[in-house]
Amino acid sequence: MKTVEEIKAAIEAAVPGAGVEFVANPGPAAEHSLRLAPQSAVAVATFLRDDADLAFDFLSNVSGVDWPDKEIAEKVKVTRTVTKTVDGVEQQVEETVEETRKRVERGCLEAVYHLYSVAKKHGPLVIRMKTANRTDQVELPSLTPVWRAAEFQEREVFDLYGIAFTGHPDLRRLLMWEGFKDHPMRKDYVEPDDYEYEPTAHDHVLARAQEHKGREQGNEGTREQGPGAA
Amino acid sequence: MNVTETKLERLDGWNRPPVIAPDGEGELLEVAMGPHHPSTHGVFRMDLALDGERVVRLKPVFGYLHRNHEKIAEQASYLASMPYTDRLDYICSLTNNWAYALAVEKLAGQEVPERAQYIRVILGELTRIQNHASSIGFLLQEMGASGTPLMYAFKEREVILDLFESLTGSRMMCNYMRFGGCRVDASAPWLDATRKVVAGLPQFVDEFETLLSSNEILMARCQGVGILKPDLAVNAGVTGPMLRASGVDYDIRKVDCYGIYERFKFRVPLGDHGDVYDRYMVRILEIRESIKIVEQALNDIPAGPIMDPKAKIRGFRPKPGEAYGRIEAPKGELGFYLISDGGPNPYRYRVRPPSLINLTVLEDMCLGHNVADVVLIFGSVDIVLGEVDR
Repeated sequence: MKTVEEIKAAIEAAVPGAGVEFVANPGPAAEHSLRLAPQSAVAVATFLRDDADLAFDFLSNVSGVDWPDKEIAEKVKVTRTVTKTVDGVEQQVEETVEETRKRVERGCLEAVYHLYSVAKKHGPLVIRMKTANRTDQVELPSLTPVWRAAEFQEREVFDLYGIAFTGHPDLRRLLMWEGFKDHPMRKDYVEPDDYEYEPTAHDHVLARAQEHKGREQGNEGTREQGPGAA
Repeated sequence: MNVTETKLERLDGWNRPPVIAPDGEGELLEVAMGPHHPSTHGVFRMDLALDGERVVRLKPVFGYLHRNHEKIAEQASYLASMPYTDRLDYICSLTNNWAYALAVEKLAGQEVPERAQYIRVILGELTRIQNHASSIGFLLQEMGASGTPLMYAFKEREVILDLFESLTGSRMMCNYMRFGGCRVDASAPWLDATRKVVAGLPQFVDEFETLLSSNEILMARCQGVGILKPDLAVNAGVTGPMLRASGVDYDIRKVDCYGIYERFKFRVPLGDHGDVYDRYMVRILEIRESIKIVEQALNDIPAGPIMDPKAKIRGFRPKPGEAYGRIEAPKGELGFYLISDGGPNPYRYRVRPPSLINLTVLEDMCLGHNVADVVLIFGSVDIVLGEVDR
């Protein structure tokens, strides 16, 4: 297999303006990865799948990663002018003080894809994309049109991390139920106090029965329900 | 066949299941099959739309057994998640242990001693044998062969589980592998007992096959049912016996040669048609190949340590980085993706469950078949809900 740098060069030659970034993995596994720009990701993915040399026809794993906002405290030297009383006279004096400044590094959500080639029997190639922030700009392009293997896995990432995959044919929650708020795999997720409500497969049947019951009661006025009713 | 040469047929851009128009008049019957249907191997639901007996839409619904395994593992130390991986695919706890151990060893750059590698192979292949035997038993159960074939399979599975129990202390929740080796050594009497069990296995497979493989009912029910095309199988990330039954030669034991698999001689059985019968047959043949691997491993197993002496048990903190480790589990590619930030817990812990991803193509396989065949096709995928829902 080509090295990750060579694959990066091949992508840049084939997809102009792809904006692919090399991400080094410092660990002993040394599986380096490529960060794709969201706007060109589908084109790059299609190239990776269809190129005769690379032939990454098999998407193994899709995984979400949460990187929360980080508060970084830094000590900065600041020079400023202060008015001080020196020898009984008010003077403007320059003074250097050390100040602790807090800076918030914006977090993001990341989607990581592991690609292999069944035809060439090589891999893995790790590609990743990240969202602009964790709150309102959480869209990433879906790669399900390129690899169907992403269909359920992207739904799972949407469910547990809240990345909205644009272009996904059926983006619904996978493991949690419809109507559940929040995304449980996020680092700042807080569990609800009770889990009393869970939907069943027969909710719509129950709703219809309830409706039917209401209608019957409306028609027949005071009729009692249940076998014990006299 | 060469998979890349066949271009996929795409409707509006992606490889979605075809839309079947109902041919009868009147409305479709919607059925929620599950979550308590006995054929669903646990709690799994399929929302079917039926036109008479014919399936025209199938939507799987997951999550009934969801307990957020990944989140729990991110809140525990690396080692503390090892017993919890047993509960993913509870039929094959040892291969779950192996995949997790492999991923952590890759993350931390650890070596595994020879003897431990051999023990892992023996246990992994025994796990595959008992998984395939019981999955075929379940398949027959769903076909209406109530009880008897399943008991034949379970009789053999029982013997293997006894071996697991005497080595690891537990029949199903083995919690046996460690980062850089195994927990306890296999004694000489245990290896002898294993040799005896393995010597009896070919007879069991022969007997099983005499009863089943050319059975008229089995052939009538399975052949030509639930066909999966190889190009779709690869594109949809299907792995394991299901992929190979569709004729794609892809076995991670051969491709990655993880552990010491390059030392063993075995063949990779492939199917021709990709139907339920081929999946059944591939599993039978894989049992035979696994028996060969265990025999070779039992012959060659060297003496020596079973743990890497440099392996740290307490205060285990891998350097920052990430790794993806995968093995050929009995159900398909089982992978673990780990990110370390240098702390005692994994920053990100992801399980790539073969059962869930193999279900991606369930709708494609079932469309146009009768409801009774849905049960069969679903059984031939071989899933465990503990792994699907995590």
